[in-house]
Amino acid sequence: MTRVRLLMWQVLVGVTLIGLWQLLTTVPIFGVTLLPPFFFSTPEKVIERIIKWFVEGTIWKHLAITLTEAILAFVIGSLGGALIGFWFARQQMVAAVFDPYVKMMNALPRVVLAPIFALWLGLGIWSKVALGITLVFFVVFFNVYQGVKETSSTLVDNARMLGMSERQLLRHVYWPSALSWMFSSLHTSVGFAVVGAVVGEYLGSAAGLGYLIQQAEGTFDVAGVFAGMTVLALFVIVIDLLVTKVERRLLVWRPNASAERI
Amino acid sequence: MSSHDASRSAAVTLADVTVAFRLADGGVFTAVENADLSVAPGEFVAIVGPTGCGKSTLLNVAAGLMTAAAGSVTIFGEPLGGINRRAGYLFQGDALFPWKTALENVAIGLEVEGVDPRDAQARAQEWLTSVGLGAFANRYPHMLSGGQRKRVGLAQVLIRDPRILLMDEPFGPLDAQTRQIMGNLLLDLWTAERKAVLFVTHDLEEAIALADRVVIMSAGPQSRIIGNWTVPLPRPRDIFEIRLEKTFHDLHREIWGVLKSEVMKGYQQSAGSMQGAAS
Ligand SMILES: Nc1ncnc2c1ncn2[C@@H]1O[C@H](COP(=O)(O)OP(=O)(O)O)[C@@H](O)[C@H]1O
Ligand SMILES: [Mg+2]
Repeated sequence: MTRVRLLMWQVLVGVTLIGLWQLLTTVPIFGVTLLPPFFFSTPEKVIERIIKWFVEGTIWKHLAITLTEAILAFVIGSLGGALIGFWFARQQMVAAVFDPYVKMMNALPRVVLAPIFALWLGLGIWSKVALGITLVFFVVFFNVYQGVKETSSTLVDNARMLGMSERQLLRHVYWPSALSWMFSSLHTSVGFAVVGAVVGEYLGSAAGLGYLIQQAEGTFDVAGVFAGMTVLALFVIVIDLLVTKVERRLLVWRPNASAERI
Repeated sequence: MSSHDASRSAAVTLADVTVAFRLADGGVFTAVENADLSVAPGEFVAIVGPTGCGKSTLLNVAAGLMTAAAGSVTIFGEPLGGINRRAGYLFQGDALFPWKTALENVAIGLEVEGVDPRDAQARAQEWLTSVGLGAFANRYPHMLSGGQRKRVGLAQVLIRDPRILLMDEPFGPLDAQTRQIMGNLLLDLWTAERKAVLFVTHDLEEAIALADRVVIMSAGPQSRIIGNWTVPLPRPRDIFEIRLEKTFHDLHREIWGVLKSEVMKGYQQSAGSMQGAAS
């Protein structure tokens, strides 16, 4: 399928779903409205609300805050995950000692941490950043750990024969290998950073997309809830596109990432 | 050892080398036993043996990547401890750094020595040109064919000007024509700058066509060196032409007479070990 055709189909699916939504919420079938607007709102109202947010400009503040939280969570979580994953992979003793604790922490549902972070860090952005970090950290940590441990032994042998010292081996072999694994989990970790921010806002804050949705729910403003979710979805798609761009640049040496076949 | 004087002049001497692996179940697997082998400076020695007999293992010992359970390894008269700094190693599998371009892959061996990166890259470009890849400097390994990758590997090793060249089935995965082209390229480079070469292959024809001396290993385990033939073919050689000569055929027949039974044994043993407890 060519790009244009693909896009056409994608648009068609979207339009159909929205059309169906509009139909079922406004046109009674055999005297029954299948999706009562009180519970499901209507596309019309949702779009109206989104436009109002953007025209009045109230939405920008919330977007900026969610974005800031997600970026901070992503940067700090990735950095921590990469460094500690790298360290553990090179020091098997350390990894063995911490193994059960890492597993326990990772098994913990992060939502239960949100109130604690709010208690420790207040209702500002940092409690949301902390929640995001706990999500991003483990994704990156496990990827980097695995990546470094599974570095091809032939590659390491070759590096040794080429005269590399232990430090040069870290820099030229293990680190690039770890980074490539980190980049390959970029979509997941960026997604988790956004989830952390939004969930954190939802559970207690004064701004952000999560707050917006939570406020609307509190007043049974279904149009507001759907509008918030739509903006969030668009926000995530834009970020994902950017990540794909960045990934293409960083992983040019990878077989598929740069495969611009004609 | 009586080979003490010989080892002084030799580039590589393996004396009575035994290599064993500790297995996961606690047992010990002796891959190579009592191997004696010596390579003079500038000499081209090919090792041929059935698959799994311990050819890579022996090279790894000569490279210092693996230590022998018994016996001694001497490099230009000095006992080897740690990595063999005088040797370059062309590995059996892919060993290029996938995140480095061809140029960076070749230059790295100089850069880690502290050569100025710009000089290193200039010399890497020269080496890429001399292996016929001058126009491919900015490609990443996955954008190169198997034969091109081996060329880059060759340049990567040779740029450091090692006195000893260890090659483990370097042309193994390539198609027949590419192998011959690579063989000629290798001979050209070697003629220009004579290094001691230890060349592992499972292809007897390739061994005879390239080497001064062909060494045969028996089927493992406890593989030994069971034969040693000098190749009386004149140099410079052309791999395409040399296979037509009578001397080549006679030698091939003679060595194959010994190798054949080992190859069969090798197959039977690996088939037998797959049946497990049957024996
Ligand atoms: N790490 C290892 N542990 C146990 N056995 C090994 C290991 N590496 C190689 N071997 C065994 O040693 C023998 C020689 O291996 P190798 O030198 O790779 O053979 P070749 O290169 O001649 O095909 C084989 O039987 C192989 O199964
Ligand atoms: Mg091998």
